[in-house]
Amino acid sequence: MSVTIKDVEHIAKLAKLEFSDAEKEKFTHQFNDILKYMEQLNSVDTTGVEPLAQVIELKNVFRDDTVKPSTPTEEALKNAPASSDVHFKVPKVIG
Amino acid sequence: MLSGEETVEGRVESHLSVISARKNLNAFLSVFNDEALMSARDVDRKIKNGSAGPLAGMVIAVKDVLCMTGKITTCGSKMLQNFESIYDATVIRKLKEADAVFIGKTNMDEFAMGSSGENSAYGATKHPIDETRVPGGSSSGSCVAVAAGMSTASLGTDTGGSIRQPAGLCGIVGLKPTYGRVSRYGLVAFASSFDQIGPFTNSVRDAAAILQVIAGKDENDSTSADIPVPDYASKMNRSVNGLKIGLPKEYFSDALNPEIRSVLQAKIDALKKAGAKIVEVSLPNSEYTVSTYYILATAEASSNLARYDGARYGYRSPHSTDLQSMYVRSRSEGFGDEVKRRIMLGTYVLSSGYYDAYYRKAQQVRRLIQNDFVNAFKEVDCLLTPISPTSAFKLGEKMDDPLQMYLNDIYTVSANLAGIPGISIPAGTDKNGLPVGVQLLGKQFDEATILKVGDFLETVN
Repeated sequence: MSVTIKDVEHIAKLAKLEFSDAEKEKFTHQFNDILKYMEQLNSVDTTGVEPLAQVIELKNVFRDDTVKPSTPTEEALKNAPASSDVHFKVPKVIG
Repeated sequence: MLSGEETVEGRVESHLSVISARKNLNAFLSVFNDEALMSARDVDRKIKNGSAGPLAGMVIAVKDVLCMTGKITTCGSKMLQNFESIYDATVIRKLKEADAVFIGKTNMDEFAMGSSGENSAYGATKHPIDETRVPGGSSSGSCVAVAAGMSTASLGTDTGGSIRQPAGLCGIVGLKPTYGRVSRYGLVAFASSFDQIGPFTNSVRDAAAILQVIAGKDENDSTSADIPVPDYASKMNRSVNGLKIGLPKEYFSDALNPEIRSVLQAKIDALKKAGAKIVEVSLPNSEYTVSTYYILATAEASSNLARYDGARYGYRSPHSTDLQSMYVRSRSEGFGDEVKRRIMLGTYVLSSGYYDAYYRKAQQVRRLIQNDFVNAFKEVDCLLTPISPTSAFKLGEKMDDPLQMYLNDIYTVSANLAGIPGISIPAGTDKNGLPVGVQLLGKQFDEATILKVGDFLETVN
């Protein structure tokens, strides 16, 4: 499976990133190197092997549904690039 | 922890003077001068009146990926250049309660992605013995802080070796606890099924003392384990008689650097002489660890780092014209190359059409790798392995070849894939006088055994 510049552009779009033409070229080359190495996994027989997502085999962890203090609004807005009153401010959504 | 007439204040002063004398190592991103001295005087008072906590005397540097109320947490990224934490990570709260003093926050590979310390938006950290070399990463600054005497101990994080590898390259102790042993609350996430917090120290006993304080269940981290924390100090009796220690044959293949092999062999001989039984074991899926790790860790990273969108905190591009361009430009301008590369890789392996071939396949191989360890631990109490393929390499040497950089993690990523604890212990030096470490790997939640063996190895020259 070889990756093309077009694939890199598609992935960049999904990841909400943009790159110059030179960067795209470099990424395509590096991706192919890395993915080629990763293809070694194809030689492992994983028939019937359950995927492992949680290494200490924790199942659901529940707690009581009780109200506790949460972050005050002014604290939550402290690091906002732009805010007003009780909101985060962003540029216009519809162009 | 203090000797003779030493005070905590005096110790902080001496660490601060090293920090300023060795500024060129670029280990710290912020230093808490006056605040550290003030806390030190408080602890000195407590020592005098006999009310001091178990870590009184410990002066600790913190990797800049852990939140401390009112302090900037950059994660080594331009993205979080001005991000001020609004709460303490659980490890920070626990260390404070135990009377540790914090001296500053340390440089790191951006978002903990890197094996050299070179991927920081604030410049590379340098190796304390040879400044033309890397100290390892990603917890580069925390490691150098301890190795160079800028702090008594420090906190790092280990997702694929980021505590053990730099500790090995700089000749100090670095402990990655079992996944779930230490709460991750207040740790900025990279790969949530791998990340663990642990200490860098000059001795195994200091590492055990810190783990004793930071380990345990935390209601703010549902993945922290509700398993009792043993008294580590009482288990360290410097005896390894009768212990079974495994050497994974795949880690000792002909590909292993001969200098590293001979340093390790001396430690193996010492263990044998002291009555430990050395057994060859096999971890048959070892050759797949790097691929498996980089598929899963980048997938998790691409999801975790989706939160940096310029809306609620972090960098927002001044060139945004609408919401979409705010997302794209803030991310493209705020993240460095390696972070972008990993987000892209992770997005690719999770994308439609590739999910089964890469992500699901890697999760299956992860189970096979974990089973290898489960089987090995049926025969032995712990494993002894190298930490890195080479000693500290030159700055810039691997920056243009990400695959070569990833392959540097070949001996460390397995512990994170299997969720087991690992520790780096200084073992010797190579012909250039650069440190070589030995890694001990234990069963899940059995930090006690690797601490005990590590404590013994420190006594062997």
